[in-house]
Amino acid sequence: MYKYDAIDQQIVNERVAQYRDQTKRYLAGELSEDEFRPLRLQNGLYIQRQAPMLRVAVPYGMLSSKQLRKLGDIAKKYDKGYGHFSTRQNLQLNWPKLEDVPEILAELATVEMHAIQTSGNCIRNITTDQFAGVAPDEVIDPRAMAEVMRQWSTFHPEFALLPRKFKIAVSGTAQDRAIVQAHDIGMEFYKDDQNQTAIKVWVGGGLGRTPILGTVIREHLEWQHALTYCEAIIRVYNLHGRRDNAYKARIKILVKALGIEEFKKQVEAEWLHLKDNPNTITEAELARVAKHFEAMPYDNLPAHDASFDSTIATNPAFAAWVKRCVHSHKQSGYRAVTLSLKPHGHAPGDATSEQMQTVAELSDAYSFGELRVSHEQNLILADVKLSDLFPLWEKARVAGLATPNIGLLTDIICCPGGDFCSLANAKSIPIAEAIQIQFDNLDYLHDIGDLELNISGCMNACGHHHIGHIGILGVDKDGSEWYQVTIGGKQGNDASIGSVIGPSFSAEEMPGVVQRLIEVYIQERTAEERFIDTVRRIGVPPFKAHVYAATASKAQESTNV
Amino acid sequence: MSNLIKDNAIVSDEWARVTPPSLGEETVRKQAGKVVLFKLTGEETFTAEQIAATQIPSSGKVLVPFTVWLANKKNLSERMSQGEVGLLIATHEAIENLISEIEDINAFPIVAVYVERFADGRIFTIGNLLRTRYGFKNELRAVGDVLRDQLFFLKRSGFNSYLIRADRSAEEALSSLKDFSEPYQGAVDNTQPAWRRVSR
Repeated sequence: MYKYDAIDQQIVNERVAQYRDQTKRYLAGELSEDEFRPLRLQNGLYIQRQAPMLRVAVPYGMLSSKQLRKLGDIAKKYDKGYGHFSTRQNLQLNWPKLEDVPEILAELATVEMHAIQTSGNCIRNITTDQFAGVAPDEVIDPRAMAEVMRQWSTFHPEFALLPRKFKIAVSGTAQDRAIVQAHDIGMEFYKDDQNQTAIKVWVGGGLGRTPILGTVIREHLEWQHALTYCEAIIRVYNLHGRRDNAYKARIKILVKALGIEEFKKQVEAEWLHLKDNPNTITEAELARVAKHFEAMPYDNLPAHDASFDSTIATNPAFAAWVKRCVHSHKQSGYRAVTLSLKPHGHAPGDATSEQMQTVAELSDAYSFGELRVSHEQNLILADVKLSDLFPLWEKARVAGLATPNIGLLTDIICCPGGDFCSLANAKSIPIAEAIQIQFDNLDYLHDIGDLELNISGCMNACGHHHIGHIGILGVDKDGSEWYQVTIGGKQGNDASIGSVIGPSFSAEEMPGVVQRLIEVYIQERTAEERFIDTVRRIGVPPFKAHVYAATASKAQESTNV
Repeated sequence: MSNLIKDNAIVSDEWARVTPPSLGEETVRKQAGKVVLFKLTGEETFTAEQIAATQIPSSGKVLVPFTVWLANKKNLSERMSQGEVGLLIATHEAIENLISEIEDINAFPIVAVYVERFADGRIFTIGNLLRTRYGFKNELRAVGDVLRDQLFFLKRSGFNSYLIRADRSAEEALSSLKDFSEPYQGAVDNTQPAWRRVSR
């Protein structure tokens, strides 16, 4: 992974000094609440319900074991001994003290980490596929470009105070795993007919209050122009995006209002001025960064391992875990492993300091000391030998990191919700936990099969509920918490936004509602169909009918009593 | 004590800012109509009456709002040639439209960009365009809600003078121009990105 040189280190060190001074001025009363807000936000510090929340950047989800150990230490020393991995591959601390934040940043800087631009109206952490560099279907490893873009976007002077937050995702696979269509800019790398690296550029996607999938603004962009083309897009947005209404300030609203043709015309006109400026990426610079992402020093291994095969045959629990949590790898004899942060009945995406230490040890022992955070809020060991899978599983199981539920209903993607976040309308973690308990039967879960369930506590959609096969959104009705359910959302190349099935439900009803959605699927599915396929084939009405028939009869019962 | 920073030093301000009178009427705000939706929503603009009633001091260096300058272009031409007229534009005024009304932007010894709110980052793009596209070479000043924490970005976007908000110390703001020593990306003040400037 990328290692800082003197310039990178100096920038994070200077940032620590700058933020230390800003905090000092705020605490001394020299900065008002309003003036401090954009400054602390650009550094990932929110003031939340219980305490401040600090969001630490995990660039494109890559971590070293050393960094994870430091995060575990920080969570213990400055927080309550755990952290929350977010859907944007970052780590959030829920209970740090505002006065401690400069010290936390100083500690992060010692392991080449920071919280720069993890919130605020600026270019945020650039995200990508958690299997970058190891996925068999990968065409181009997007991490070097993601790092080049990280550096370019860090303290970009022209885009320091945009109308609203700005999220970029990059992807280099045939099957999109970075949800490029749900980002302000999505960059899909591919090989063109000259076998040169090219980029398909998507713009104006985003979830939040107004979920919109992105539109292709350019089918073919030579990789050298990635930065200048982004500059053109963001410049048009910076000048013309709305600043009078935060709910209409994202680039997607501008793109919709102007229409993609007019927006593209303006961007291309702007790009004529910017194209070939010194921010144009050279072969040499890309090569310098790409050196950090070269393949690991793999052993030459056969495609099969006898001990692994026999353990699979004799140990059903291990086999179940392999089926869900182990993924194919481009190197013979290696696999990628997802360590589930979704044990049933616990807050999805949370990891304790001890678990972070354990994962760091496991990555040192079995995966070259590196790991990744997925946008599904799990941790990935990307380079594990087949013969190491069994000992890895045994250790992960002891640490509560081996729930065999990846891609299943209980692998719930969930924001911190009303327990922590001051933006939330409703709690989300207790809903996730209740659903996990409802479906706490592995055989049943495996029978239901692939299913993505996403929960957001408000329409800001941190839990990406719009693209969940089942999406749950917390809403506020007359001061109490209710939940709106969508089905038919999906991430990937054929992404879609889910449809609302009808009036919202109380928290207590939610596990039953999900249960009834599953009942319709079980009854209607064909042999090959996943939940999402059945929804796409038969549409929302059968699901709606069954769910509301049950609630109607319940309402009938209670009136009869 | 002056609150003006120019080229890394605190200097006295020679420019008198011309402000149209309020005339006691209700403030006119551009409506969020279809045509202007993304440019001028909600921002204050001056009415023709306000512009007509604006008093421009008869001598000395004056900083004149664009619309007032446009209405008084002829009367001001003599003083323009003596270098006594500076241009004041607001972040919501579309710079690409203004520029077509100006024969030679370098006829102004100073262009000041007014930013109403700290969070309004359009000022950075406007500075960049004035320097890189419209070839403005003279003093480029940020005025309005200008605080020390914008300064580094303003400098990199082509500004070389900053009128710090009256209730803040320009002395303290000065140091923030040096917050970062080797920024990553090329910008107006230094067009070369880090990897072109130094061997990495």
